[in-house]
Amino acid sequence: MITSHVGPLTYEKVDVDKALKAALNKSRSEVIGTVSSSGLKGRGGAGFPTGVKWNLCAAAQNEHKFLVCNADEGEPGTFKDRILLTDYAKLVFAGMVIGGYAIGATKGLIYLRGEYQYLRAQLEEILEALREDKLLGFNILGKDDFSFDIEIRMGAGAYVCGEETALIESLEGHRGEPRNRPPYPVDTGFLGQPTAVNNVETLAWVTTIFDKGAEWFKGQGTEKSPGLKIFSVSGDCKQPGVYELPFGVSVADLLKTVGGEDAKAVQIGGASGHCIPAKDFGRKIGFEDIATGGSVIVFGPQRDLLEVAINFMEFFSDESCGQCTPCRDGCPVILKGLEAFKRGECSIAHLHELRRLGETMQLASKCGLGQSAANAFLSITEHFADEVLGRNQSNGFKE
Amino acid sequence: MLQSEHDLMRCEIETLVEKLGRERSSLMPILHEMQRKYGYIPSFAMQVIADELGIHPVEVYSVTSFYAFLKDVPGGKFTIRVCNTISCDMAGKDRVARQLEAELGIKFGQTTPDGRFSLEYTACMGMCDQGPALLVNDIVFTRVTPELVHQILEECRGHFGIYAIQEEVH
Repeated sequence: MITSHVGPLTYEKVDVDKALKAALNKSRSEVIGTVSSSGLKGRGGAGFPTGVKWNLCAAAQNEHKFLVCNADEGEPGTFKDRILLTDYAKLVFAGMVIGGYAIGATKGLIYLRGEYQYLRAQLEEILEALREDKLLGFNILGKDDFSFDIEIRMGAGAYVCGEETALIESLEGHRGEPRNRPPYPVDTGFLGQPTAVNNVETLAWVTTIFDKGAEWFKGQGTEKSPGLKIFSVSGDCKQPGVYELPFGVSVADLLKTVGGEDAKAVQIGGASGHCIPAKDFGRKIGFEDIATGGSVIVFGPQRDLLEVAINFMEFFSDESCGQCTPCRDGCPVILKGLEAFKRGECSIAHLHELRRLGETMQLASKCGLGQSAANAFLSITEHFADEVLGRNQSNGFKE
Repeated sequence: MLQSEHDLMRCEIETLVEKLGRERSSLMPILHEMQRKYGYIPSFAMQVIADELGIHPVEVYSVTSFYAFLKDVPGGKFTIRVCNTISCDMAGKDRVARQLEAELGIKFGQTTPDGRFSLEYTACMGMCDQGPALLVNDIVFTRVTPELVHQILEECRGHFGIYAIQEEVH
């Protein structure tokens, strides 16, 4: 039985049919205009403005365009998309229809991660119900110039496929190896056609914006990060689960909400994010300060952060697609170094060398995975050097 | 007329290709179906799929070998995947893993000699708020304790033997 704690969500009160009708009664450019004026930024973590993405896609003159919903939620500590697809799938699908209409796509694809196979039957049922209500399929809501259908495609257990170009490669039936960008998917995406790839949560907010208005959305959060955000909270806190909070919330306030005030550090943004030490809990979560896709992992006072760094590095060593050298070879080297630290066999000079390697990976890797693989290692060794150094094998970091 | 296993598999792949489309982008859905049915992608199937889609068989192999959920060697009827990423790790996944090894008599990465169970680790599966979590084929189990491991395995074992539960093994 999967029962997550879910805090109050705006989605509960959204009238999906009303939002969809409101959107489709506007012209395509008006729809994009509304999304742009709401200031909505991609909720997967990168924060690219959704309106801009759709505008670029809409401007292309190709006959075929695609809208892809990225449901390959693989970032450690993230599970909000699972909640959205379990309880608010119609909201997400409506967002896809609106997006498809805005950019002039005829087909939408959901790339659902293999681990969520159990959700598939339920999602297919909802899609079928939408087709019966004429909200999906041929001439949606009687509009002659708009036909759009959604197909579910399954992933097969590869974290890197959350990266949009790797996701497209996978959809095309290839290994999930990221492409060079540019060209961006809005120009050359699925089957070489313009493709907008949006996160599950982004699409749910699109529908919400057409029910509650762009002004309402923009009124929340901060100037650079408008709107609300869904956070996935796990780790050492009293009430792990899914929470909706405005952007700009401080780490301390977030911890108070979830009952994790005694934390010594918080990992924000998952394995590819940063480890924030207690002294920085006043920092704010948003694209201007700590950008995140919503993963929050709380580390209590008893946690050994070297173990945490090792776990993250094992993750990246496994999940690196192996295409470019800095990531493929860098991850195992850092992992080996961290294991040596655990045995108490590592000099500070070697730590500095490993940190330089991490910085090189940030600069030289091809895709977001490699560029962020060393983030956790770098932030943990920066803020918690005394936990990493001078250990011995028998007693770990505890005296 | 007698049909060999290979003939049957060929027929099956041809039907799948008709249904899912004769194009490269159908490769993953086809491989998923074969994986579900056989528990792995036999090399004969790779060759047939390649012929049907007009690509080289090594392309099919390269895709199969890339994804963790597609196998090129037979796995157990039940593949148990334990999440080994940080939140489940902090929630005590190690003890669950040890208990699984003890109950099945195999290590992670191995399959029981009777071909019933495989043990694997998997990366974060999105159940971080209720770890430790594991997947048995498609089914998710959350808040697993070492004690619960026995119960889960017994449920699986119910699918085998003369009193087997008469439903399809996923």
